[in-house]
Amino acid sequence: MNTPATPAIGARKIHPADTTFRLSLHAAGAIVVIVLLSILAIMFMGGKLAFDTFGLGFIWGTEWNPVTQIYGALPAITGTLVTAILALCIAWPIGFGIAFFLTETCPEKLRTPLGVAIELLAAVPSIVYGMWGFFVLAPFMSEYVQPWLTNTFLWIPPIGDSFFWFTAPPIGVGMLTAALILAVMILPFIAATTRDVLLSTPQLLKDGAYAMGATRWEALTGVVIPAVRGSLFGAVFLGLGRALGETMAVVFVIGNAIRMPDSLMAPSATIASVVANNFPEAEPGTLDLAVLLALGFILFVVSFGVLAVARLLLRQERMS
Amino acid sequence: MLIQLARRLVIALAATVLVAAPALAQDITGAGATFPAPIYSSWGEDYAKAGGSRLNYQALGSGAGVTQIINRTVDFGASDSPVATERLEKEQLLQFPAVIGAVVVIVNVPGVDGTKIRLTGEALGEIYVGRIRLWDDPKITTLNPTLKLPRIPISPAYRADSSGTTSIFTKYLSSVSPIFKERTGAGNSVAWRTGLGAPGNAGVAAAVKNIKGGIGYVEFAYAAENGMQALQLANGSGKFVTPTVPGFLQAAEQADWNNAKNMAATMLNMPGDNSWPIVSATYILVPRNPKDPARTQSVLKYVDWSFRNGAATADRLHYIMLPTAVQDRVRAQWATLTPAGKPLWPAN
Repeated sequence: MNTPATPAIGARKIHPADTTFRLSLHAAGAIVVIVLLSILAIMFMGGKLAFDTFGLGFIWGTEWNPVTQIYGALPAITGTLVTAILALCIAWPIGFGIAFFLTETCPEKLRTPLGVAIELLAAVPSIVYGMWGFFVLAPFMSEYVQPWLTNTFLWIPPIGDSFFWFTAPPIGVGMLTAALILAVMILPFIAATTRDVLLSTPQLLKDGAYAMGATRWEALTGVVIPAVRGSLFGAVFLGLGRALGETMAVVFVIGNAIRMPDSLMAPSATIASVVANNFPEAEPGTLDLAVLLALGFILFVVSFGVLAVARLLLRQERMS
Repeated sequence: MLIQLARRLVIALAATVLVAAPALAQDITGAGATFPAPIYSSWGEDYAKAGGSRLNYQALGSGAGVTQIINRTVDFGASDSPVATERLEKEQLLQFPAVIGAVVVIVNVPGVDGTKIRLTGEALGEIYVGRIRLWDDPKITTLNPTLKLPRIPISPAYRADSSGTTSIFTKYLSSVSPIFKERTGAGNSVAWRTGLGAPGNAGVAAAVKNIKGGIGYVEFAYAAENGMQALQLANGSGKFVTPTVPGFLQAAEQADWNNAKNMAATMLNMPGDNSWPIVSATYILVPRNPKDPARTQSVLKYVDWSFRNGAATADRLHYIMLPTAVQDRVRAQWATLTPAGKPLWPAN
């Protein structure tokens, strides 16, 4: 029998353009990895002098003194984590509320304008937030919010004998003000991501819940949230990542005091703000520059960790 | 205030962009301190109009200015703090003062005229280490028996960015207040024991304005341009003085220029009837072994022209000219520049 020869799939002639295309795609992918790794490597090498001088004590040291050349990163790390987490605590419930309102209870007519407004909030440059925070929010905080908080929460016992929660001179700037600004800045990210996650809940599940007579609250807590729990955490961590690295807005409202804070309203500093403030005058080859690069390395690692957790949570969701 | 801040941001951005722009061959290039940038640029414009070379000055900060002149990527570097003698010798640099600036102290005490408040350097030092915490502290009220100072906390404000202004201010406090010297010390950025940091002169000024009981330090030029009121400080003779241009000049004249190494004479806490205690020169650095001596010579010509014709501009921008005797000393230093055996000054 004479069967026509069917050419094997692999034997098909490959056009040279295909190869070029494939290679250039590989190159494009590789560039990202190369850039990322070289940034990490350069930060570490530049900051090596700091790690050599202070060892791991660099991370735990509480004294930051350019005059005596003793540098410890703990005040900056504390300021970074406290402001970011505080911002998250403020922005998360609001962002979640916005997202649920947009997907479930918002009148159809309002949906687009509200969505656009949230996206616009994300587009405001951070320097504008900084100036608004410094010239508008800070005076308001010092005049009204801080005295009220101080008087209201006097009863909370301090941590040890140095951390007094809400008791501080009402100067308007500090960790709480920075956290408020950061909360406004990460709110659109959390709201938009959460909205997308909620929209991805299968309509069938929701319809099922409503069909069984569930209220909106019951449908939300009993069906929607369990279905997309991991992704919701992912949305939050993306916001946290942004809050950790935000620089310009924070420089204006954090109070730039590189010492251990004695209250939530005390002026403090974040890793990014310390680097931004001191980088222009740090001379090459000095310990001053090395500690800034080492700080950058620490921030890089922290942010990377946060994003990795976010990825993990988002992926778990997709797999389940 | 916002406009001022925005303007500074624009200047900073422009400076960043300018770094990348190649200068024309005949331009004088300089880089460094931000504090004298407005006057260097204005002098440069006037000098170019008068037929001299054009100036391209990049306000990158004193540290960057020193680095750039060491790497010989500019014709001159500019620094608010004098560079150490060993470093000048190692890097073959000549340093000379170009113009004088002063730092003033601004306050916001409700119900009290800030210009009437009197402080000594010791009291100011104790405020900045957190030892004096209230405006009605006996250490302040004894200096101001006629004023009714309220019982509110003092909120000291300082520069968040590392800055030559901070360097001058902390050098002054370290020289007059032992406790400040011990607990904080002097430098472009220091470990402040109390208070809050704000970015730039504009930031410190706004912080003082926003906070009741605030106190802060800014460049005189900045305070003058914005009509801000500064308090009185005790000078080297123990006299309480208001910051004025004649007071700055008197301080500069009192300085010991004869024995100052590399012309880095201290003008802090000088005696006199009017001498303001926080005065300092800002410096220019040129190479002793320039690759192209003609370019260094054109820097000297520019500075010389500015010394002779720049007084009106300095006055308008609230800088203080070097006393003429000091200008002559600077020219005498230039005469020691002899690359390839030929003196660069006097230029023909």
